[in-house]
Amino acid sequence: MFILIVGSGRVGSAVAKRALDAGHEVSVLDSDPLSHERLDKDQLTTWEDAGGRFTVSTALEIDGLIEAGIEQADVFLAATSGDNTNLVIAQIAQRRFKVGRVVVRVADPGRAAWYAEQGLLTICPTQHAIDQASRVVLA
Amino acid sequence: MYVIICGAGKVGWNLARELIAKDREVTLVESDHARYRVVEEELEHAVQYGDATELWVLERAGIQRADLVIAVTGDDEDNILICQMAKEKYGVQRIVARVNNPRNLQHFRLLDVQPAVSATDLILRLIEHEVPEYGLVQLLALEEEHLEIIELEVGHGSEAAGRRVQDIELPDGSLIISVLRGGAGFVPKADSVVQPGDQVLLILDPGLESQITPQFAPNGAGPGT
Repeated sequence: MFILIVGSGRVGSAVAKRALDAGHEVSVLDSDPLSHERLDKDQLTTWEDAGGRFTVSTALEIDGLIEAGIEQADVFLAATSGDNTNLVIAQIAQRRFKVGRVVVRVADPGRAAWYAEQGLLTICPTQHAIDQASRVVLA
Repeated sequence: MYVIICGAGKVGWNLARELIAKDREVTLVESDHARYRVVEEELEHAVQYGDATELWVLERAGIQRADLVIAVTGDDEDNILICQMAKEKYGVQRIVARVNNPRNLQHFRLLDVQPAVSATDLILRLIEHEVPEYGLVQLLALEEEHLEIIELEVGHGSEAAGRRVQDIELPDGSLIISVLRGGAGFVPKADSVVQPGDQVLLILDPGLESQITPQFAPNGAGPGT
């Protein structure tokens, strides 16, 4: 599978490394060139030597998304730090580039729930934290 | 009419002022607390503090009964999301979105956030209106209605110059609606003669420009001549 991940933060970079280890083709896009460090951290080789791709571009720049391979992507993960950026680029991936599987990280539970109803695969870390904390607190 | 304006920057604040002066009911939503305090000094209860991309903030502002939502924050993603949720989640009939970066206009269109207004584009069009580069100025595009209005200069020695309106070969789906000559405009009849140097306004189906411009191009400039 070819997986495109936008946002090389804690979540994006960790998922990218796992996906590459699992034998997938992985491309990561981030506006901050320094975010590349997360991909090399604790690895024996650099991200590129391990077979990964990295593109520096803002998430809404179509040229950047194409350079990162969105036209070939089977899976798209929107994992920048901005909910609204993630929701917009996820819909671009879905509607414009017809990516088969689009996953989007949304911190706000309200928006995550509504956009999930609209057909996006949303992941809400806040909701997970709420559920887990409630379980532990109320145990 | 109840209007919610998201973003109390220069655009949002002034819009709110104008609409309130016209006796509209307005709520302005601002996410920066310092800015909110400044605007509140003047607009008082008409401004609320909060992130307008959060559902509960929109609901607190009364989005369920809003007739118009205007998203004019400095962030294009925010403006897209606000308008998308206003329309699709809350059924708001009319929205207006501000485009900060004209390169993002395509995303507003893709996600059906219309009309999207870009100040850069508006200024560019004004410049073109003053200095037409190709003799064609797009004055207005009615996206929903699939119509646009363009302005063309009648070139010297062009096919159209010296002809009656009814004799100018225009494609179906286009119509000359006005002629500007010597600083004044008139609505032409079928037998009105178009002169070189006139500006003509046409209403047309989008995409017909390329069939129309050759008729008005100066002698030798049009294709096939």
